[in-house]
Amino acid sequence: MKGKVVGSIREAVALAGLKDGMTVSFHHHLRNGDYVLNLVMEAVAQLGIRDLTVNASSLFDIHLPLLDHIQNHVVTGIQTDYMSAALGREISRGILERPVEFRTHGGRPSDIAQGRTPIDVAFIAAPAADPMGNCSGKYGKSACGSLGYAYPDAMYAKKVVVITDNLVDYPLLDWSIPESYVDYVVCVEEIGNPKGIVSGTTQITRDPVGLVMAQHAAKVIEYSGLLKEGFSFQTGAGGASLAAAKFLKDIMLREQIQGSFGLGGITGYMVDMLQAGCFRSLLDVQCFDLKAVESIRTDPRHQEISAMHYASPSHRSAVVDSLDVVILGATEIDTDFNVNVHTDSGGCIMGGSGGHSDTAAGAKLSMIIAPMFRARLPIVTDHVTCVSTPGKDIDVLVTQGGIAVNEKNRELKERLTAAGLPVLDIHALKEKAERITGKPRQMPHGDRVVANVISREGALQDVIYSVPDEE
Amino acid sequence: MRRSLLFLPGNTPNMLINGSCLGADAVIFDLEDAVSPAEKDAARILVRNTMTYMDFRGCERVVRINGIDTPYWKEDLDEVLPCRPDLILLPKTSSAADIQEADTYITETEKRLGLAAGAVGLVALIETALGVENAFAIASASPRVAALFLGAEDLTADLRCKRTKEGREIEYARTRLVTAARAAGVDVYDTPFTDVNDDEGIETDAALAKALGFTGKASISPRHVETINRVFSPSQAEIDYAYEVMETIRLAKEQGKGAVALRGKMIDAPIVERARQTIAMAQEMGLGREDA
Repeated sequence: MKGKVVGSIREAVALAGLKDGMTVSFHHHLRNGDYVLNLVMEAVAQLGIRDLTVNASSLFDIHLPLLDHIQNHVVTGIQTDYMSAALGREISRGILERPVEFRTHGGRPSDIAQGRTPIDVAFIAAPAADPMGNCSGKYGKSACGSLGYAYPDAMYAKKVVVITDNLVDYPLLDWSIPESYVDYVVCVEEIGNPKGIVSGTTQITRDPVGLVMAQHAAKVIEYSGLLKEGFSFQTGAGGASLAAAKFLKDIMLREQIQGSFGLGGITGYMVDMLQAGCFRSLLDVQCFDLKAVESIRTDPRHQEISAMHYASPSHRSAVVDSLDVVILGATEIDTDFNVNVHTDSGGCIMGGSGGHSDTAAGAKLSMIIAPMFRARLPIVTDHVTCVSTPGKDIDVLVTQGGIAVNEKNRELKERLTAAGLPVLDIHALKEKAERITGKPRQMPHGDRVVANVISREGALQDVIYSVPDEE
Repeated sequence: MRRSLLFLPGNTPNMLINGSCLGADAVIFDLEDAVSPAEKDAARILVRNTMTYMDFRGCERVVRINGIDTPYWKEDLDEVLPCRPDLILLPKTSSAADIQEADTYITETEKRLGLAAGAVGLVALIETALGVENAFAIASASPRVAALFLGAEDLTADLRCKRTKEGREIEYARTRLVTAARAAGVDVYDTPFTDVNDDEGIETDAALAKALGFTGKASISPRHVETINRVFSPSQAEIDYAYEVMETIRLAKEQGKGAVALRGKMIDAPIVERARQTIAMAQEMGLGREDA
């Protein structure tokens, strides 16, 4: 059965009618092991197509070849939710013609669905696909689990190309994206490097400071009043966040509390919590490790969800709206609780919101977990370099030196104080750190806007300036 | 209240600046074994600055100086005493004379620097066979001695036996130290459990130390601190019982009764004393009752 299979990416690009000035899209479930974006852009460049916008749910260092395409004017615009540090450093120097548009994991599908960011051709990396384009992330040598972020691309792009290294007989059952959305299928040798797609295991931190923060975090949840039957929870894959999940698991098992769902990018640790009975289900937009991939393939309680279902603010509802607690990170947080996850303290791009703003907006309790200082720099500042998530959506900051509660959540502050936790004013926390580090000088920034940070509702929230050239 | 005493290497800034956040009742800035001879001066300065600039409220500061058989210990004291540490931990204390020598120099230094006399306490680290045999004499050698402290790693080397997790080889030293310390009216701290990855092991080892009568336990890993604190804290049931004992005694006095019983057991002086200690600790942990 030939179906929609075409001979090469180049052929698919031509058939899809890609022309100068159009937009191509990619999802990031293959993470830092993704070959597809580079393969497609190489083919596009060879075809002489110029002035493209790349709309990718996230970009990683493996995508550094994009820099050549930028220099050669193949790529002149980028829309993404996250950009890792090596790529971010170059973008921060101002090499791209138009500013990067940063959205959130919920804002991206929302804007795609509403036609604000139309996609001409979507390229979907698929660990398994059949000749008609039914595809899944759960099977094959490049298995990545959920394909949640690829759904809006498949549903709304004018043309959809599925790229797989595992073409199976029709029909592939248990598909994520059905053939009804797919125009062409290309089979290549490899869509990614399994080592970069998912890590073998996710490690809980052994750093004593991280563990202290994690213990504080678990206690904040315990005494928040939200930890009861039906509790729902999301946490990141960082070491301290995972440790917090471990301590939370101990509390939930001790108190015999079963939550309704764990959400998010799912790690093996959340799978452990599901299997231990801490949750009735996992709702998974992206798998972080092999254990999560194995679980989503075999356990019916572990359910794949689309980016819209996860976090879109303009669809009828999203799971983040039902979330009780989320644990998030920060590179900086200011005394108004605004959080920066886009740049480092020097203003250089090294991340992005991902689902940060979406979960913070939706969750009843949004917790930032961060050390008081990193290297010589205090994390609490007067004004963050970039507002990634507005302070109105953040409830509490947990550090090793104390817990600061946003004044808007007085009830939480009273509960935590009554529980004997080390609660202090965020200004006091800032001063506490500055007594050790000193007050850092303001970093100068360049004149050029290199990125616009767009809120999940679609408004311009902040801009990121170029960094001055190093002398 | 010193349930947990956490060793922090005196030459690692990152550990030192976070020392007060790690949950230990006391931190021990180590100038001895953790610091190589070439770094002794740097560590001294770092520890001095840490004590000067860092806020250690709610966490006592102990300094382990180098032994009196080394060329470093007097300089250690010169550097750290002006920062008013709570305690000085004196390694390889083997006799009352060792305490007296350190005490004499500390007293002189206090005078020279204009510090309050006798403000800093001495903790004798007992880690030789001779030290174990002299434990009571050491504990009562000076009013400055606040506690004995068992160091099992060096001790087992001196005893020429293997240090094990079960600790059969230090049973005698443990009970001897507890008895000597209590006889002299000072506190006594147990040796660290050295396998930082054995969560069950630390629990068992701390429970054993508590059962033998130790006041608290040292740790070389922040990861052990919470377990040690928990094991050495009175439980809510113990606290409730202590208050019940005190209330029963109060009522008995009011009614002019001599002997009283609670839950079918005679309340005698040791029970009352233990209840007092439990309540004092509960109050320090913020678990006390306002009306008591």
